[in-house]
Amino acid sequence: MAATYRTPAGASLTEALVQEIRQDFPLLAQEVNGHPLAYLDSGATSQNPLQVLDAERNFYLGANSAVHRGAHTLAVEATEAFEEARRTLAGFIGAREEEIVWTSNATEAVNLLTYSLGNASQGLGGPQAAPYALGPGDEIVTTEQEHHANIIPWQVLAARTGATLRYIPVTDQGLIDYEAAQNIIGESTRILAFTHVSNVAGSITDVDYLVSLARKVGALTLLDACQSAPHLPLDLAQLDVDFAVLSAHKMLGPTGIGALYGKAQHLDALPPFLTGGSMITKVTMTEAQWMPAPTKFEAGTQRVSQAVAWAEAIRYLDHLGMENVQAWEAQLGQQLAAGIQEIPGARLIGPAPGQERAGLAAFHLEGVHPHDVGQFLDQTGLAVRVGHHCAQPLHRALGITASTRASSYIYNTPAEIDRFLQELAKVRPYFGYSS
Amino acid sequence: MSGLEQLYQQIILEHSKQRSGEGLLDPQGQAAATNHQYNPTCGDEINLRVILSSDQKSIESISWEGDGCSISMAAASVLSDMAPGMSLTDFQALIDDFREMLRSRGQIQPDEEVLGDAAAFAGVSKFVARVKCAMLSWVAAEEASKEAAQASA
Repeated sequence: MAATYRTPAGASLTEALVQEIRQDFPLLAQEVNGHPLAYLDSGATSQNPLQVLDAERNFYLGANSAVHRGAHTLAVEATEAFEEARRTLAGFIGAREEEIVWTSNATEAVNLLTYSLGNASQGLGGPQAAPYALGPGDEIVTTEQEHHANIIPWQVLAARTGATLRYIPVTDQGLIDYEAAQNIIGESTRILAFTHVSNVAGSITDVDYLVSLARKVGALTLLDACQSAPHLPLDLAQLDVDFAVLSAHKMLGPTGIGALYGKAQHLDALPPFLTGGSMITKVTMTEAQWMPAPTKFEAGTQRVSQAVAWAEAIRYLDHLGMENVQAWEAQLGQQLAAGIQEIPGARLIGPAPGQERAGLAAFHLEGVHPHDVGQFLDQTGLAVRVGHHCAQPLHRALGITASTRASSYIYNTPAEIDRFLQELAKVRPYFGYSS
Repeated sequence: MSGLEQLYQQIILEHSKQRSGEGLLDPQGQAAATNHQYNPTCGDEINLRVILSSDQKSIESISWEGDGCSISMAAASVLSDMAPGMSLTDFQALIDDFREMLRSRGQIQPDEEVLGDAAAFAGVSKFVARVKCAMLSWVAAEEASKEAAQASA
């Protein structure tokens, strides 16, 4: 059953259209603490439109069954829906379906890769996996801007293999220092892992440049696309990264599902991470043979309804058009950055107003702890994120322990951003600071 | 009183800015112990030192260094004002009362006779996410006082 939409396909987003979009998100219509909710925390988790909720419900109402096993009609329908979801995601990000591995979330996707590389380093996967083995003298490079999910798995992989983990530093604004990157990425670099859009700085990484540095030395690349796939057109084949990770709940989909993208040649060669049911061809008492990728990486019962719902979320975004999504959020991001910059005592993290920025902005408010900022705003119905946003190294580099972040999506309006800025201006005076 | 004003009582706002006890004191030979507490969800942390009196039966001073929200900083400051001169038994009783009030989800009316300025934190108990902020320094003080007493016993 195809979803129906309130908005015309591919139209530029306007305030009127966004009001229509909001009708698809009943959650947004509620009051919080006596004020209309302004949900400015989509960078942490986004809301699901009715179309997505209906898709998951309809799957359970009409087609729920075990996938990739059983010959009955429902099992075939469920399998078809599951694999159709994989094709939908692949098409959305410029990938082929066999290059998509379902995971529980992006964090698990990074771990899948690092454990697979660790297994290859211990000799699993035979000669075809051997080129992926890491050891002493090899370097893994990531950036100081990363989410912990793109740091800690590499720390653990380095510890397991004896490889060294190095970081591309950030500038005073919290931006990737590309000049330093040039000096850090060298002959010993085997893997370069970096984010596409910073969840704190809101900056958009120059992927082409970093990939070119990695290519020169033959290093593999992993792109954290959690904050880009929901917000801008993404073509992984064109970006030419080797791996990428995604998360459904940040792009109008359900929690509990994410994906690892890997170029087919890599996924074919690498050994599995989780093992067990579904991912094998022949099993004896002493050994097993793996299915081809991506199935060899999908052990156990899969997240079928979540995959179906995620595909519906992707169709919703596709219907709007990612260029239009990006343009709308760029406008909101600029409104946030410019407004925050005007507030006495506020220090904007990331690109200055006027420079390219995604639809989010984080900042430090002199003298007031982010938890107090968030509490004040919550009392006026404004939902923002406070804390270190799973990016402690970035905050430490900026000389702060935490920050406050407002992040927008397709359902946010300039009026909501104005409300946020007006309330934010009251915070320091409330806590006893004159401007 | 709005929710915000219940949480941020004037006493709390004042203590969060004019902090008592900030800066670790030198024990100068007195029985003392230092305890570190960290709240991983928000990054708030405190390093707090309890110094005992020369007879080791009461609190001589509480001093600390830390970084955190107004609630956590004010709680450390209020405790630093209240604790000096208290017997170890009374000190533990105060911490128990404070903890009970904070965990009551707004159900326990504080006894200002007993809790003094710490009664201002009653409103925090309605904000479940902030209870840990208020408790951070008090837990550090509880641990440090026990350790100091044991070490000197």
